[in-house]
Amino acid sequence: MRIPAIAAAALGVGLLPLAVTSKYQLHLVIMAAIFAILTMGLNLIYGYVGQLSLGHTAFFGIGAYTSALLALRLELGFGWTLLAAAGLAGLAGAFIGHITLRLREAYFVIVTLSFSEIIYLVVVNWVDFTGGPMGLPGVPSPAGSLPGVGAWEVTSKVSYYYLTIAVLLPLVLIVYRMIRSPIGTAFVALRENEDLAASVGISAYRYAMIAFVTGAAFAGLGGSLYAHYVGFISPEVFTFHYMIMMLIMAIIGGLGTISGPIVGSVLFTLLSEYLRVAEKLREPIFGAILMVSIIFMPQGIVPLAGRLWRALRRGRFETP
Amino acid sequence: MLTEVLQQVINGLIMGSTYALTAVGLTMIFGMMHVVNFTHGEFYMLGGFFAFQLTALLQLNYYLSVALAILAVMAVGFVCERVLLAPLREKSIDTTVLVTIGLSIFLQNLALLYWGPTPKSIPLPFSNMPLRWGPMVLTWSRILAVVITFGLIVLVHLLIQKSLLGKAMRATFQEKDAARLAGIDVERIYALTFTLGAGLAAGAGALLGSIFLIYPSMGNIAILKAFIVVILGGMGNFLGAIAGGLILGVAEGLGAGFVSSGYKDAIGFVLVILILMFRPSGLFGKARRL
Repeated sequence: MRIPAIAAAALGVGLLPLAVTSKYQLHLVIMAAIFAILTMGLNLIYGYVGQLSLGHTAFFGIGAYTSALLALRLELGFGWTLLAAAGLAGLAGAFIGHITLRLREAYFVIVTLSFSEIIYLVVVNWVDFTGGPMGLPGVPSPAGSLPGVGAWEVTSKVSYYYLTIAVLLPLVLIVYRMIRSPIGTAFVALRENEDLAASVGISAYRYAMIAFVTGAAFAGLGGSLYAHYVGFISPEVFTFHYMIMMLIMAIIGGLGTISGPIVGSVLFTLLSEYLRVAEKLREPIFGAILMVSIIFMPQGIVPLAGRLWRALRRGRFETP
Repeated sequence: MLTEVLQQVINGLIMGSTYALTAVGLTMIFGMMHVVNFTHGEFYMLGGFFAFQLTALLQLNYYLSVALAILAVMAVGFVCERVLLAPLREKSIDTTVLVTIGLSIFLQNLALLYWGPTPKSIPLPFSNMPLRWGPMVLTWSRILAVVITFGLIVLVHLLIQKSLLGKAMRATFQEKDAARLAGIDVERIYALTFTLGAGLAAGAGALLGSIFLIYPSMGNIAILKAFIVVILGGMGNFLGAIAGGLILGVAEGLGAGFVSSGYKDAIGFVLVILILMFRPSGLFGKARRL
């Protein structure tokens, strides 16, 4: 049952551009994939380790700015800017994590948010380097040269879709392997009962750090893809708006599940497009969605769908 | 030079007193209910807009409008607490953080729909010409803000320390199960604390809105400042929040005057990170005190 399902999913992902021919719809799919990368990172620290970080946008922004600046100022190729974005975001994650992961609950929430605000203020004020509030226009589309292949450039939506998927899929695999390993077990142990986990020798600091830094690097990759795709970035990438989007996606998809962030990103991207009909009511509805989903459906869609599936097969519905 | 320092200190104290007013409610809500209330900034914003609605559009008396705005926001806060937070009583702190974030987006964007994005000013009943006092410059609206702010803080302080209700609040704060056993209706105390906190934030919004301008996203920066103050003073520490507010205000005033006005807003965040690295229970020692 597993292998055919995976094969079907792979075929679906691979052939999607054949079905989705409208450029606009393909754009939505690309954005959903970028958000899936960001949300997967957030899910590691919040969904698995259980620490609510409100600073995830900082790493998204760091990744976007690193890529944009390297591409614009040093004219580096895409491979380098992507790697540098992940590396610098991961490094920032290690630094911020070192300070914040000793804190718990309310303190952790507020201090991660504080770091994100500080980085935002630096980017806004350091006009010579970052372009300040005006942002950085003209970020080039991904290009580079490979030995034996020659120069390449990703310009069309279809090729950008495949590029994003090429980044996303290995990350899914990394998360899958990580969660199925003792590291993942340690994550969940910390989330369920930190004292008990500590008593069997699981270091909260070390494992939370692994999740936090990996998540930060993911966000850096997402930021890099975003910057090269949209071609323009401004300090807006640090705003709380993106944090809210990621939170809603992680929650409606299913916290602490592997496919949850992807399902949530696709669903919420589509949903927010349909909500354009509601025009000005769209933003208040986002707030309402966040409230409703955390109150009535804190487990998210993926676990719910899993229970429904098993209920259909066994003819009886289990309650969690 | 000296007068410049004095001027910045005075400006800082004025700003700081409104920070304190916002933070006092936040710290009470946290200490009592263990809720990090992200909606607090929206109560502040609504305080400003209700005062604007009453003065500019309904032509009511300024002082009456501020009082009514505070009462109206208290009603909003009461409803929010009963409908959204009461059912989540035993949930984790993350749950209430996310719910109050959702509520904050909801309220802020409703305000944006109703009042529009253009900043508004609250008409004042007196001439707001700058007053010169030696080399220093002040305006009536600022003096008034400080006076009313401290009036409100003293009022709440007396309520907590002297009244029977305050005694019940302090008991709930210290040990909620024992308080319940002693016959205190803890649910009522929670609702009251939240309502009171919302009212104080609204007061700060109306007063600061009279000095500057009001706009739908004004709560975003206010809530961040209030978080900073609450951590500086120690979470749940009433007097700590007042001191923390004044310290932040003065630090920002001096920072803006002598370092860089662009980085003024970063001062508080840096302070918070330093405090948590070296003195996690806040500047004033013991974390749990009301």
